[in-house]
Amino acid sequence: MLREIAEKKYEYGFTTDVDTDIIEKGLSEDVVRQISEKKGEPAWLLEFRLKAFRYWQTLEEPTWGHLKMPKIDYQDISYYAAPSTGNSGNSGTIDPELMKTFDKLGIPLEERLALSGMAVDAVMDSVSVKTTFRERLKEKGIIFCSISEAVREHGDLVRQYLGSVVPYRDNFFAALNSAVFSDGSFVYIPKGVRCPMELSTYFRINARGTGQFERTLIVCDDDAYVSYLEGCTAPMRDENQLHAAIVEIVVMENAEVKYSTVQNWYPGDKDGNGGVLNLVTKRGHLRGRNSRLSWTQVETGSAITWKYPSCVLSGDGSQAEFYSVALTNNHQQADTGTKMIHLGKNTKSTIISKGISAGHSQNAYRGLVRVSKDADGARNYSSCDSLLLGSKCGAHTFPYMDVQNPTAVVEHEATTSKISEDQLFYCNQRGIPLEDAVGLIVNGYAKDVLNKLPMEFAAEAQKLLGVSLEGAVG
Amino acid sequence: MEAALQYIELYEQCRGMINEHSTPLLNQPREQACEDFRRLGLPTQKLERYKYTDVAESFAPDYGLNLRHIDIPVNPYEVFRCDVPNLSTSLYFVVNDRFYDRALPTAPLPEGVLVMSLAEAAAKYPQFIENRYGRLARSSKDGLNALNTMFAQDGLFIYVPKNTVVERPLQFVNILRADVDLMVNRRLLIVLEDGAEAKILFCDHAIDDRNFLATQVSEVFVGENAHLELYELEETHVKSRRFSNMYVDQQRNSSATLDSITLHNGLTRNRTDVTLSGEYAETRMFGCVVADKQQHVDNNTLIDHRVANCQSTELYKYVLDGEALGAFAGRVLVREGAQKTISQETNANLCATDTARMYTQPMLEIYADDVKCSHGSTVGQLNDEALFYMQQRGIPQDEARMLLKFAFVGEVLDSIRLEPLRDRLHYLVEKRLRGELSKCEGCRLCK
Repeated sequence: MLREIAEKKYEYGFTTDVDTDIIEKGLSEDVVRQISEKKGEPAWLLEFRLKAFRYWQTLEEPTWGHLKMPKIDYQDISYYAAPSTGNSGNSGTIDPELMKTFDKLGIPLEERLALSGMAVDAVMDSVSVKTTFRERLKEKGIIFCSISEAVREHGDLVRQYLGSVVPYRDNFFAALNSAVFSDGSFVYIPKGVRCPMELSTYFRINARGTGQFERTLIVCDDDAYVSYLEGCTAPMRDENQLHAAIVEIVVMENAEVKYSTVQNWYPGDKDGNGGVLNLVTKRGHLRGRNSRLSWTQVETGSAITWKYPSCVLSGDGSQAEFYSVALTNNHQQADTGTKMIHLGKNTKSTIISKGISAGHSQNAYRGLVRVSKDADGARNYSSCDSLLLGSKCGAHTFPYMDVQNPTAVVEHEATTSKISEDQLFYCNQRGIPLEDAVGLIVNGYAKDVLNKLPMEFAAEAQKLLGVSLEGAVG
Repeated sequence: MEAALQYIELYEQCRGMINEHSTPLLNQPREQACEDFRRLGLPTQKLERYKYTDVAESFAPDYGLNLRHIDIPVNPYEVFRCDVPNLSTSLYFVVNDRFYDRALPTAPLPEGVLVMSLAEAAAKYPQFIENRYGRLARSSKDGLNALNTMFAQDGLFIYVPKNTVVERPLQFVNILRADVDLMVNRRLLIVLEDGAEAKILFCDHAIDDRNFLATQVSEVFVGENAHLELYELEETHVKSRRFSNMYVDQQRNSSATLDSITLHNGLTRNRTDVTLSGEYAETRMFGCVVADKQQHVDNNTLIDHRVANCQSTELYKYVLDGEALGAFAGRVLVREGAQKTISQETNANLCATDTARMYTQPMLEIYADDVKCSHGSTVGQLNDEALFYMQQRGIPQDEARMLLKFAFVGEVLDSIRLEPLRDRLHYLVEKRLRGELSKCEGCRLCK
């Protein structure tokens, strides 16, 4: 019975049968040129890609994570895959198969689902399939489209900001992404505009033997506000699929960005075969005074999650928050956390991280808080708790603090424990079965973070936590 | 790698001389250690455990080594009067790397207790030493262990037999003494048999105004039901660099208190690795650092919970002034099956100037589910309200600051169980915080 539940739990594991235009496996300068050509990119972008590619060739894959990584053969991956019928993107005609896929995933692609009040950019493999509500957003001057389209239509804006937060020299995977990135979303909120709806991107890997390398760029100008959501799923496959994305966020004066992720890539089967390798670089730059950025993430999927959504607080009085729930089960591994780099005066950051490990999984929090010399009055509070469900799993905390300013106040605390038997007994006594009781307690434990998610996502996240834990108790 | 090369060359040139002035037992692992050192080199800052200290920089200058073991004239009583008053200890001296056997305490030790030079012990009890020397401090694992094993010619051996309690604390004064810049490679072997008890105090001093580089590798065996209190107090000077690697192995029901206090130094790196290999063992680690100018203090600890039902506590406090750099990295590893582990790790720091820099990194790595582990760390400044409160009551600002800093590190000092030592440290720390020279009054430097 338990096994049944465990096996059926990844309900997004289907594949879609559409014609896909995949380029040959392997990575070389030609491949980079080919991708650029297919997308009809201007010369400066090709130049950017080639610089990144040449730099990438000089790098070695990092190994410092608390992870057992399978060897990735970068020549055995196809770097571009496009569902051919949906290729033209936002022209309006979408392959019904694709439509079905996103319907199955519960993504409101048709504006008839206007009730859900969310603008969606759906990305399958390497291309953006459809972006909804563009007209309404346009009225306000908001640009929300796929990044390829943005390159064509708003080239100057993209050129100004692309790579300004995560330069291609940042790290191994950032260099790789900069060389081969395919699609992703571009958001620009003009001065003083409050985005009237939640923007969201849904990512899906479909084709076999491909990697996903999307790139998201969000620019929020002075006094503007946007809330952005990101969701991801992948089919069940017995091979590891590579996902190396970059998210860049620029926040100007008095602006506010909320970025939420519910990450549910395929985590591999219960013996640890297959699953997505989620190696992502996410960073926000709080450039303006009193700017605000908040990262909220619920990580339940991926065989390996290795990412640190970070904030560079260079505007005076800027505030950053990081809320995370990372749940690992079976043989999943996670090494995730954040970096808060305080550069401006009177900057403030908060880190709340909740790790839950079950089965044979390893779950690590790693975070850096750096207060530079000039960051007078910087304040940081970090708290990371770990919950262990089972005696074969591991929970680890590696906080790094680097303080160079005497007026800074930096605090960190962490606890690791298991669900108390008293709590379980209390629930059992009241007729709540063991699994439900664990779910209940876990949800309560993660509540600090779940409360920060927009409504629709909170419900999904709560469900996900329950599903991911099934079969973990007993 | 250049810094490492000069040591390999030196070893190859002087192999014969090193062996000649040591004992076969210590000579035996040298070749292997040299092989390991060739492979490992000096630890770089890319290694997680050496992130905050540039080892190569300290090892790059040309130091003299006393490989011939030439007697450097010293009268410890005359040059040095840093006793801890009212604490009747059995007082020993270690000059550079040599146990000073010409000034032994008169009070007899309990029967069977041995305190002697390691070379002498190796000659007298070869089998016993062979079974323990280099067993905890593996030269294959750490470049500094390898380097120390290559060059170490002597050191100190302390042995407490079964069920013996050494009431009187054993005090060792490590004196760095030289007329040229000197590198010292010291080795320590401490064995407490089952049920033994001892309190050991090490005081590090440098009495010459020379550049010193000391590497010290200590191996400590704590048997079943044994209780060890080990205090290390460093009061050297800005030209002194210390690299200490201490490895402690604890058996069932044993307890160990490890205290490290750094008041005056140049660059200090203390690595302490504790392995809890028997159930119900307890480890308490304390550290107190008061640093200013360009002092550099890096404490790096690992507590390895291998079995169930053990307990560990760590408390480290730093007060940093001037351009001092402090680093604390504490890792608690709870292995699979080490259920019912209780572990707590705290690191609190005061940064008083904008040129002082603190790195802190308390880490938990847990592979068992029925545990209670927590860690916390803070970096902050003196409480303005408390300062104001005291000034309001007529306490000058400087004095008020001093009082607050003193209270801040007081928590660590209060953990010292040896009362006279505690009092003495209160006095020394207070003096240190006032910026006075607290070195042994009357040593050659201050005369």
